[in-house]
Amino acid sequence: QKNGVSNGTLYKKTFIEHFEQAPMYVAVLTFLGFGVGTIFGYLRDFMRAWGLEKRNIATEREEQKDFVPLYQDFENFYTRNLYMRIRDNWNRPICSVPGPQFDLMERVTDDYNWTFRFTGRTIKNVINMGSYNYLGFAETDVNALKTVTIELQKYGTGICSTRQEMGTLDKHVELEKLVAKFLGVEDAMVFGMGFATNSMNIPALVGKGCLILSDELNHTSLVLGARLSGATIRIFKHNNMQSLETLLRDAIIYGQPRSRRAWRKIIILVEGIYSMEGSIVRLPELVSLKKKYKAYLYLDEAHSIGAVGATGRGVVEYFGMSPDDVDVLMGTFTKSFGAAGGYIAGKKDLVDFLRTHSHSAVYATSMCPPVAEQIIRAMKCLMGLDGTTQGLQRVRQLGKNTRYFRRRLHEMGFIIYGNDDSPVVPLLLYMPGKIGAFARRMLEKNIGVVVVGFPATPITESRARFCVSAAHTREMLDTVLNALDELGDFLHLKYSRYSKSSHPELYEETRLEFED
Amino acid sequence: MDIKSTKYYIYWLFCQFELITCSYLMEPWEKLLFYTFNITMLATLLYTAYVFVPGHICSAFQFFFHLFGNQHENTVSIVK
Repeated sequence: QKNGVSNGTLYKKTFIEHFEQAPMYVAVLTFLGFGVGTIFGYLRDFMRAWGLEKRNIATEREEQKDFVPLYQDFENFYTRNLYMRIRDNWNRPICSVPGPQFDLMERVTDDYNWTFRFTGRTIKNVINMGSYNYLGFAETDVNALKTVTIELQKYGTGICSTRQEMGTLDKHVELEKLVAKFLGVEDAMVFGMGFATNSMNIPALVGKGCLILSDELNHTSLVLGARLSGATIRIFKHNNMQSLETLLRDAIIYGQPRSRRAWRKIIILVEGIYSMEGSIVRLPELVSLKKKYKAYLYLDEAHSIGAVGATGRGVVEYFGMSPDDVDVLMGTFTKSFGAAGGYIAGKKDLVDFLRTHSHSAVYATSMCPPVAEQIIRAMKCLMGLDGTTQGLQRVRQLGKNTRYFRRRLHEMGFIIYGNDDSPVVPLLLYMPGKIGAFARRMLEKNIGVVVVGFPATPITESRARFCVSAAHTREMLDTVLNALDELGDFLHLKYSRYSKSSHPELYEETRLEFED
Repeated sequence: MDIKSTKYYIYWLFCQFELITCSYLMEPWEKLLFYTFNITMLATLLYTAYVFVPGHICSAFQFFFHLFGNQHENTVSIVK
């Protein structure tokens, strides 16, 4: 029993987030770059329309020309003219396990990224800074995968049925009990696919006449689930509790739009860690708001389960709160557990309701047994039930790696978004020309990164997203940081105006003055 | 070597220009077109500056000289 927090605030530890804005000239130059790209895009479209250049992309047939144009909107224009030029940085096929290092298939293009061909060689031991492998469970070590091989030989790979017909195995029951124990809740249910967990279960929980308050930057699965449910959706600013409170007050005072009746249910959809920003949800404030206005909370811990918290139990543990405060705890096994699938956990009544009413339970194939066994072994490792402290060591190593990586990047002078404790590190690039240059040069240095541009991010804020893993050693992180240092100087990416000196070790010499 | 670091600096500036204006992403014929246009514009600007700027500065100087009223002759008479 603690004696109480020192100044009685909601947050037991400091909550530091960075969303630094770049200097004005960066925005101006970004627009200049896009302007030049757009002009050349129009030039190329003109040449294609008048037959001066071969058409490689989908166009309408002659008979369709008199109908509504299909490919004239900005998204198609952008894809044809800007995305195609740097397309070689995405969809790169890999040919090994996505651990801390992996192998890439070498790909070249003869006609500026319209077609690719494989040379047959593989690029070996590329450092992996893009895979969601937070705790390093994506491994091929035979000893670690012993139980998984046994289950594979016992059950095979296919289930050939849905949960409600003949697809519930004893493995699923075991896994669900383990997930409930891990999270500290009454019951849990697992599904075969993480995206489908959100999109198929939100329609089962809310319907017409309910209100969904969803964060600005929620993932597509949450947006799809909310739209499919038919409820009214209102959006609040990203992680902004004042905006949310305004919406809640308006909802309770004014009720439904035309009939002015009370809303049947008000549910707040948030994520634990937002994967494009690296920010962590303000859970204590959210829970106090939810209790005050009697709303429900749906927390999507896809990136935060296993990755934050003292023992890896997610944002609920990170903030020192009890899991009873959150009504619906959702998460995926793709990121920290090296498997596939999702879960929903909470009170027993909720989970029993979902077992009968969820679309996923009725129609979707259930999780296959070797994957379930992989999750069971990863979770047992995390909880310490396999007799070792390996799970706790992995969580601690991830925390150390995250803090080291973020601290060094801040010192070097890059603009990094997000909370200091989140393993997702977005590094801002801003200009469209630098997206391609950055990814290609990092691959030349044998480091694989993920770069993101429009439409996944706002058009001026393109970024490179690093996912730190517990399996990265200090040497690997140092290699990456040195490469980033060099590349940051060459491409002029160090826009931060708040950084300390970029080489602090040079100034730490003690000065000894001798009397002469 | 000072020449080497200057050459590297100029190459680095050129790389920055290429990245900012997206000419890094263009195919060679597009780059040719873009640089030709830019160099033509720059040459026209410099030529216009060479022809007209001295004339503009002279007339501005004369305007300010008449505005502050022939002080040169006044100071000469006092000293004398």
